Amino acid sequence: MGMTMTEKILAKHSGRDSVSAGDLLVSQLDLILANDITGPPAIDEFEKIGRSVFDKDRIALVPDHFSPCKDIKSAEMCKRLRDFAREHEITNYFEVGRMGIEHALLPDAGLIAPGEVIIGADSHTCTYGALNALATGVGQSDVGAAMASGTTWFKVPSAIKVELKGKLPKYVKGKDIILTLIGMIGVDGARYQSLEFCGEGISELEMSDRFTICNMAIEAGAKNGIFPVDEKTLAFLKGRVTREFAAVTADADAVYDSEITIELDKLVPVVAYPHLPENVHPVSESTGIVIDQAVIGSCTNGRLEDLAQAAEVLKGKKVHPHVRCIIIPATQEIYQQAMKLGYIDTFIDAGVAVSTPTCGPCLGGYMGILAHGERAVSTTNRNFRGRMGHVDSEVYLASPYVAAASAVMGRIASPEEVIK
Amino acid sequence: MSKVWRYGDHVDTDVIIPARYLNIADFEELAEHAMEDIDLNFAPNVQKGDIIVAGRNFGCGSSREHAPMVLKVKGVQCIIADSFARIFYRNAINIGLPALEIGKEVEKIEAGDELEVNLTKGEIKIVNKGLVINTKPLPEFVQKIADCGGLINYIKGEK
Repeated sequence: MGMTMTEKILAKHSGRDSVSAGDLLVSQLDLILANDITGPPAIDEFEKIGRSVFDKDRIALVPDHFSPCKDIKSAEMCKRLRDFAREHEITNYFEVGRMGIEHALLPDAGLIAPGEVIIGADSHTCTYGALNALATGVGQSDVGAAMASGTTWFKVPSAIKVELKGKLPKYVKGKDIILTLIGMIGVDGARYQSLEFCGEGISELEMSDRFTICNMAIEAGAKNGIFPVDEKTLAFLKGRVTREFAAVTADADAVYDSEITIELDKLVPVVAYPHLPENVHPVSESTGIVIDQAVIGSCTNGRLEDLAQAAEVLKGKKVHPHVRCIIIPATQEIYQQAMKLGYIDTFIDAGVAVSTPTCGPCLGGYMGILAHGERAVSTTNRNFRGRMGHVDSEVYLASPYVAAASAVMGRIASPEEVIK
Repeated sequence: MSKVWRYGDHVDTDVIIPARYLNIADFEELAEHAMEDIDLNFAPNVQKGDIIVAGRNFGCGSSREHAPMVLKVKGVQCIIADSFARIFYRNAINIGLPALEIGKEVEKIEAGDELEVNLTKGEIKIVNKGLVINTKPLPEFVQKIADCGGLINYIKGEK
């Protein structure tokens, strides 16, 4: 019986010739991740076990959520993470000034390679599937245990095959693809499953699009999303990953629970209304919705290509007088590249607040919290109640093109309304 | 006899414990905000042994283990749902909070019902209605973790 990409990676990491959906196994881990929110409790759990870390080079600790620290409590949590990193000589601890949003930072730092298994105490760990890795979010007990053992248990997920066909229309990006898919199958449409992407349409997608798509696999309830490797993947990895790796491809007779085809030509820019990512509507039917804030950034859409889209829209324009627009490059490297390319000047000229890398507003931490009754368009990943601030505020999820256009128009808008 | 706190579909981790409180390291203090964005009555009134009953995809969203943890700290005996989001389910097992996935049978349970849950037998008795719902036992592997009182104890027991 053939195997999916996910099954092949799990077979190899559990020392088996083959696995199939439903099997329980113990997998070796290539990298374990925690952040400033999940790291401290993971460390508490780790210390209860009373062993040393299994490998100081295979643990990544990133203070990115409430960091640079927003208050004293956050500072104490970051200190806990930092002290642990020093005590155990953790190689991949990223201090403020060198850190970025974890799921943009780790691939850029060459810490993720095809065929690897990564767990992270952050639900958006699934982002790394864009690089043909099996990556999934877990809790802090799992991370605490794995820091000691270098292994974790998995149930092999069944799979949904998602075939991408055709060519992407202008102004339609990875965010529109994944939101459209979530709109089709719902926020539990891929619960416990893997989303296995395939098809000639993949060649249309930049790496940033693939990261965005895998990032939001969790928003369909999936354990992971995964792409095959092509020239664009190899170009991304070149100069970043120097160790050997083994990419996986799905067997022709791999078993899937269901198959979905997405015809890229038919897609349009979309926006997900509150309070679930499955409430997807075309931007063209949403232009009456007035906004107070636009946020462009996060592990979903804070990469250089995302900032390029925002700059294309904002060039020579002004943010609407009633709107606060906040743009957060996901890493220091992205920030610097954006500066060299003139994007940051474009943003500041337009009246945008540009922030150092942080998850900040995405989870209602800081750097752009919403008041009662306020409404934001955001390139982030969740629009649950109270996600970006007051319980009676609203978040609409969209691509950087749509968020930037909305910032200029003061209401949900298509980039075509702004770029003439 | 356990009181039922009844919720709907897609109860997400941001309403179970809003991220704005995640700078609080002490779980007892954090638990005072449990379910606050969906039900202000929960945290002040929940009693030890109470049961949460919900619809589809309970615990969707963030991987924060704080979500099952604040419910456990508040004394919730177990959570019964049509279905669970996978990370929440895994976290609940790992911290020793029973999570029973019973599909559409959950619709038989309403707010105000009184339940008796026998985890070993996999039996949920709706006392006031005289109904019994039988559930599947936990997978053996998962049962082992539960028997050890959670993942960390399980790992400690390994060589």
